Amino acid sequence: MQMSLVIDANKCTGCLQCEMACSYEAEGVFNPTKSRIKIFSFHEEGVFVPYTCTQCDEAWCLHACPVDAIQLNKTTGAKEIVNDLCVGCKVCTIACPFGTVNYNADSGKVIKCDLCGGDPECAKACPTSAITYQDANWTGYDKMKDYAAKAIPAK
Amino acid sequence: MSWTKKVLRINLTEGTCTEEPLNMEWVQQYLGQRGLGTKYLSEEVPPQTDPLSPENKMYMITGPLTGTMASTAGRYSVITKSPLTGAVACSNSGGFFGNEMKCAGWDMVILEGKSASPVYISINDENAEILPADEIWGKSVWEADEWLHAKHQDPQLRVAAIGVPGEKGVLYSAIINDLHRAAGRSGVGTVMGSKNVKAVVLRGSKGVHVNDPKAFFEATNAAKAVLAGNPVTAEGLPALGTQVLMNVINEMGAMPTNNWKESVFEGASKVSGEAMLEPRESDGKPNLTRNGGCFACTIACGRISTIDPQHFTVKNREDLHKSYHGNSGGLEYEAAWALGCDTGIDDIDALTYANFICNEQGLDPISLGSTIAAAMEMYEEGFLTKEDTGGIELNFGNVEAMVKCTELVAAAEGFGLELGEGSARFCEKYGHPELSMSVRSQEFPAYDPRGIQGMGLGFATSNRGACHLRGYTVASEVLGVPIKTDPLVTEGKAELQIGFQDATAAFDSAGICIFTSFAWTLEDVAPQLDADSEGEWTTERLAEIGERVWNLERIYNEAAGQGASADKLPPRLLNEAVKGGPAAGKVSGLATMLPEYYTARGWSADGVVTDETRARLGL
Repeated sequence: MQMSLVIDANKCTGCLQCEMACSYEAEGVFNPTKSRIKIFSFHEEGVFVPYTCTQCDEAWCLHACPVDAIQLNKTTGAKEIVNDLCVGCKVCTIACPFGTVNYNADSGKVIKCDLCGGDPECAKACPTSAITYQDANWTGYDKMKDYAAKAIPAK
Repeated sequence: MSWTKKVLRINLTEGTCTEEPLNMEWVQQYLGQRGLGTKYLSEEVPPQTDPLSPENKMYMITGPLTGTMASTAGRYSVITKSPLTGAVACSNSGGFFGNEMKCAGWDMVILEGKSASPVYISINDENAEILPADEIWGKSVWEADEWLHAKHQDPQLRVAAIGVPGEKGVLYSAIINDLHRAAGRSGVGTVMGSKNVKAVVLRGSKGVHVNDPKAFFEATNAAKAVLAGNPVTAEGLPALGTQVLMNVINEMGAMPTNNWKESVFEGASKVSGEAMLEPRESDGKPNLTRNGGCFACTIACGRISTIDPQHFTVKNREDLHKSYHGNSGGLEYEAAWALGCDTGIDDIDALTYANFICNEQGLDPISLGSTIAAAMEMYEEGFLTKEDTGGIELNFGNVEAMVKCTELVAAAEGFGLELGEGSARFCEKYGHPELSMSVRSQEFPAYDPRGIQGMGLGFATSNRGACHLRGYTVASEVLGVPIKTDPLVTEGKAELQIGFQDATAAFDSAGICIFTSFAWTLEDVAPQLDADSEGEWTTERLAEIGERVWNLERIYNEAAGQGASADKLPPRLLNEAVKGGPAAGKVSGLATMLPEYYTARGWSADGVVTDETRARLGL
């Protein structure tokens, strides 16, 4: 079964546990600047929004890469960077409409979410379930159920 | 590994930024943050130093857990000699500044000397610069924050800054980081202003390593599960914030009202955490937009609030910063009490407005509200005239007067400059020092020690002046954490207070938030530290460090003239019995508790740290 990251911004408190979990998994260090998932804090609006790669099926980044350094993991559906092939040309960072592929000047390669090989650390670290990992075919299930529940007559 | 072992020393007189090694011998004795910063202060700043002179220094310091994935591990402290109290100041803040300092590769930033002109400090990993701040001198924290972000073209820059009151010497000015988190008490912002420093901005990309990752994840995950299973940290604080206490403390008759003349506030429910959830008439929105977390926090007690757009404080006020028409850090219990209950005001939007001003301009809302409350009593008693106040009718419950006074202190103008000296100096000036509800010239927090006896001892002996965050026996006396004790008796409170004071000093030295201690004891902290840091860190060792830190602060204060002679409460709390409610008839039993406390501390009968105790603790 293919799984997807599902984000509910209403539940996010902006604590950055996900950024640390991500950077630790990917780089072996607690370092939000190396996180593949980012939390955006909108002070005036009082909103926190987690944002990361949605793993597009027809992935712009993958198609744009001139050296085939972005490849599909058929098990997880993730588009993964092959570091040995990446030349750091950054074309993928331009191609991605969402900005979720970024260049890492320390390594000279690009970085993006790879779903941690099918067990994403951000979802496990999130204390409020703002980030969950769910059946890709039914990411709307809970939302549908919430709306369906409105049909229950009030007691 | 959890210490970067590097200190950035910034000499403002010389204009130099120098790297030096962290004193790892002291780390073994004082751990980090509060303990280690105080050790540096006591070694480098003589206790007689004038707090606002170039000879005073300011230590912005992280703990060993700061910047890691341990819950709440984003804390830093600002340690300096306080201009409000003359004692050691140690103000602790969350947000995202401490972790960024660690991420940039520094355990501590020291500010010393005084710049000839306004400057700010820019730190980008190992690169530190002293840069001109003329364009933001005279601006608010929020305006400075915007200017700095634009100038550095970096949306992820972390900013800690002072407002106008800090520049102009208001004695309870705070340092605000991340727009609404504060190193709030004892005037640490005033010290920063006295050095002509407007802000410290940080950007760190180095990251933080831990010593034993496998053990670290085991320990921090177990500790997070403890927080997630505790009703205070998992339910009460996220839902209602510290404001969960407003109705609780009022119902037990320990809610200081009208400058502590009363102990029950009729309007408490209107300014409570529950009231912040009620939709208002004008736009159907509640005061509270949502809760927010500081760095790494799995509790998320922070309030993010709006002001009713129809309220007089913001309606048609295009002169105000846009955040007054949107969200900022909302009312915490202490601010709601000081600005509200203590002044007899139950208008939640006026309180939120005053609180936003404290965020924008860097003010301690406890000292601000309490000083206004003291001035109100002086006014009602006729000790202060309308001429003195500049025309303000300063009666209890007068919303417009509280708002006006807050605006004047924020601008550091006129009558605001007098209020900006704090209640002790203000009441002294007008001939009635007994009406200042303070210890060591720092105003009380929101717990009447006549109804919660342990807190009276805590206020009197607090090393940074009256404070609830040095030894929060409310946890035991009210909430039953770790065991329930009777709030109305003095028996056993000396030992209880000492236990809380020492444990708190250890928590405050580790890089984590004291609110975890509603669920954690040092037994939960020790394994996290032990996996995080080099060396053996046991519960017993942390308890000893806590006691050592407390005694070090005390020794510094003794030499600064703020030792036993300042272990006092205002006469009102000792002589005037509570009028109504569950604590009716009670006064503070400080006279009974204090000798017991000195004995249990291993101090002399007159409250001096003995040679024996010094030797035992290696002081």
